[in-house]
Amino acid sequence: MAESVTVENLSFWFGKQQVLKDVSLSAQAREVTALIGPSGCGKTTLLRCINRLYRLYSGASITGKITVGTENVLDPHIDQVELRRRVGMIFQKPNPFPHLSIFENVAAGIRLHGLAQGREVAERVESCLKKVALWEEVKDRLDRPGTMLSIGQQQRLCLARTLAVEPRVFLMDEPCASLDPVSTMRIEELIRELHKEYTVIIVTHNMQQAARISQQTAFVLNGEVVEVGRTAEMFVRTRDERTEAYLTGKMG
Amino acid sequence: MACPSGDKVGEGFFPYLTASAAALLLLLVAGILLIVFRGAWPALHTFGLAFLFETVWNPVADVYGAAPAILGTIITSLLALALAGPLGVGTAIFLSELAPLWLRKPASFVVELLAAVPSIVYGLWGLFVLAPIMRTVLGAWLERNLGFLPMFQGPSIGVGVLTASVVLTIVILPTITAISREVMRAVPSELREGMYALGATRWEVISRIVLPNSKTGILGALLLALGRAIGEAMAVTMVIGNANAIPTSFLAPAQTAASQIVNEFPEAFDLHLSSLFLLGLVLLVITLVINAGAVWLVYRTKQNAGGALIRHER
Repeated sequence: MAESVTVENLSFWFGKQQVLKDVSLSAQAREVTALIGPSGCGKTTLLRCINRLYRLYSGASITGKITVGTENVLDPHIDQVELRRRVGMIFQKPNPFPHLSIFENVAAGIRLHGLAQGREVAERVESCLKKVALWEEVKDRLDRPGTMLSIGQQQRLCLARTLAVEPRVFLMDEPCASLDPVSTMRIEELIRELHKEYTVIIVTHNMQQAARISQQTAFVLNGEVVEVGRTAEMFVRTRDERTEAYLTGKMG
Repeated sequence: MACPSGDKVGEGFFPYLTASAAALLLLLVAGILLIVFRGAWPALHTFGLAFLFETVWNPVADVYGAAPAILGTIITSLLALALAGPLGVGTAIFLSELAPLWLRKPASFVVELLAAVPSIVYGLWGLFVLAPIMRTVLGAWLERNLGFLPMFQGPSIGVGVLTASVVLTIVILPTITAISREVMRAVPSELREGMYALGATRWEVISRIVLPNSKTGILGALLLALGRAIGEAMAVTMVIGNANAIPTSFLAPAQTAASQIVNEFPEAFDLHLSSLFLLGLVLLVITLVINAGAVWLVYRTKQNAGGALIRHER
């Protein structure tokens, strides 16, 4: 079910400021692609182009092509609702819906798209919570608010919420930035499981994390992709001296 | 010394200065309550609780029952709330969620400006613009087509319950809009983004995220507006027709507690005066309770929204 994501000659402006410059990148299905680079280099913007979340804010202009599966995402006639169902997103700060219970947080997308009715909703919620290894921890308090969970549990709840609408691609924007090391480890385990069935593109500040979980790494600097390569190779031998400087801690 | 002694004097003096200002304010509230209560005492002693339910208000016979005024107050305020509520919350949704970004700030500013228009100006507008329209167009139409219902029975004379309610609607609309918009803005954008990222449309984000997370605040805004409508005196007095009878038709003239006080205070003495004080006391208690509830609700929503953010950042 996973779909590959291809970005070709993507440029992005916010007002007069160019955030992305002629970016090209291809994320294979059933692989984790890590985007690394210093703060403000455009990683998050690149992620938000893929599910068109950038359109929530005015002042953006965009050129180039992004293909998810076989569909050009930037085509103005595309079904945005369907695109965002296929391309799920996990945010830097866990954002469970505070007015909904743990159960209803996971069911939110199912109900939104009418993916199941009655008994089936509960089955789907349970299976998603099991996939993110949260079921055992919450099965006795499914009716409590999602925000009462620990921050690490909240992020797994958000993962379950996204899983529930059956996406093909996962976009993750520094999903562990606000988590402690143990919670981070659990999310990383989940990502390693997820990529067997999904395409994962993850923004991270943590180079060790990129090395641990990704198959491909792209180094982004000032809105440009400086270097893309297999993670295993890139961390041993970089082709670009700027990547070398970043990875060895001379920059960033 | 590096620190001039004047600063030290200020440092010791300033807390006392501000504390006494705050104490003065509390004393003032207590003083008002005391004066109103003292003024109301003879009437309270004479009529007791029956004052609230008696329907005859007759200064000639020196008999005073507040039911017409209290009922008039409740009907005009609730009708105004029913008209202004949907309109104000709808405008707030537009300003907070749907309007193009360049329009949001200026439009919100204009709405807040409306709140600064003195209510007597609205009253003038109601008397010279709205009342004639009511008499010849809207009221006449209601009388002609729905006049068989007691609640729309004529004659349509221009001033009355409906005209007062429409003026009140305009008086409280900015309050509802401005506060509702504010509590909707307090819903963290991460929640909106989370819902959009699941594939929600704008309407689904509004109905499933924004409204549920701001509903207590919106309720608070409605209560605050209700308090304002109940206490509004001048604008209402000018357009309600001032008749001491229980209103049976929306087109009939009536009286509210505030308009009765405005109308009769200059010529009242003895028990009449005391009855007006008692009416004022009733008004004061009702608005105090409603406003306290409203402030608490708005405070709680902001607190909750802020709390959600803090939990996010932990």
